[in-house]
Amino acid sequence: MINYIWSFFILIGVFYSIYKGDANLSNTLLTSGKTAIDMIFSIGSIICLWLGIMNIAKKSGLLDILSNKLSPLVRLLFPEIPKGDPAIGYISLNIVMNMMGLGNAATPFGLKTMKELKRLNNNSDVASRSMITFLVINTASVTIIPTTVISLRVLNGSSNPNEIISSCIITTFLSVVLALIIDRLFYYLWRKRYV
Amino acid sequence: MSNYLVPIMVVFIIIYGLYKKIDIFDTFIEGVKEGINVTFKLFPTIFAMVIAITILTNSNILLDIGKLLNPLFKFLSFPSEVLPLALMKPVSGSSSIVILNDILSRYHPDSYIGRISSVIGGSTDTTIYIISLYFGSIGIKKIKYSLVVGLIADLLCIIISIIVINILFY
Repeated sequence: MINYIWSFFILIGVFYSIYKGDANLSNTLLTSGKTAIDMIFSIGSIICLWLGIMNIAKKSGLLDILSNKLSPLVRLLFPEIPKGDPAIGYISLNIVMNMMGLGNAATPFGLKTMKELKRLNNNSDVASRSMITFLVINTASVTIIPTTVISLRVLNGSSNPNEIISSCIITTFLSVVLALIIDRLFYYLWRKRYV
Repeated sequence: MSNYLVPIMVVFIIIYGLYKKIDIFDTFIEGVKEGINVTFKLFPTIFAMVIAITILTNSNILLDIGKLLNPLFKFLSFPSEVLPLALMKPVSGSSSIVILNDILSRYHPDSYIGRISSVIGGSTDTTIYIISLYFGSIGIKKIKYSLVVGLIADLLCIIISIIVINILFY
């Protein structure tokens, strides 16, 4: 899909510029790479800072404590997972990593979770209720510190790059709650129709 | 509260690390090394997307389409400048980073549009990418209602972020 999006953007952009008679077209093409360099330095410095700090949180066991605290809530959200199943632990760790803005560290736990959920679903190739709930939590992404966004705000000269953190937390929290409600709703509607 | 959240978290994590007697400095450096790797891995994708998106946005086609649809957006009181971000966010993470950067450089991060796009950028994830990665990894063929729920959640997130920004800042 990304193949088509990428080519489509360039083709449409070039054709529309030519159609509008834009004289700067070749200049745009040749200099746009500089924006990428600026961006990567800006994002990179914050990623490095955050991964450094979070590595301390990981090594000192702080993230494990957080994920233990989270597991009762996880059990509530995933009633189909039996008590004491390792899947609960993986799900909690995935959510904690995502919350702390560690997307890269969250993905391995996410993949592991999916494997466990498939085992619990008798290795069927149909998505289970728990899998969908898990994906909904992941795509709604409960983030406490949106590191990339903050770095882009710094890059573009915001006078207060951090001012959106509380708005992000409120938005992300409300949308994950709503998403879970919709998930439940669809689960019952689907079951009524197909089972 | 927003201003001190990050420093307070950092201080707390460092104090807890000292209390647990771990090698704080080396652990931090280790994380930074991982950060460099992540950044370098991200660069080629960002570079490719920057070129495509700069060409697209500089052709002004998105603005022209936005103008065309303006009456509809006015009616919904949705800022049409945010539309490209809202459309790309569920599909591709790196291209929405680039689009967000484009919006922030055009309208300034502290403007109404800048704040709304920041919150959208910070509080949803790439639904289609995650669904295809996670289901693909374990060979799920029937994904049932997952995509529908994911996309409705994205839409709700955009609506909520506009409401929250309006309440907190204006």
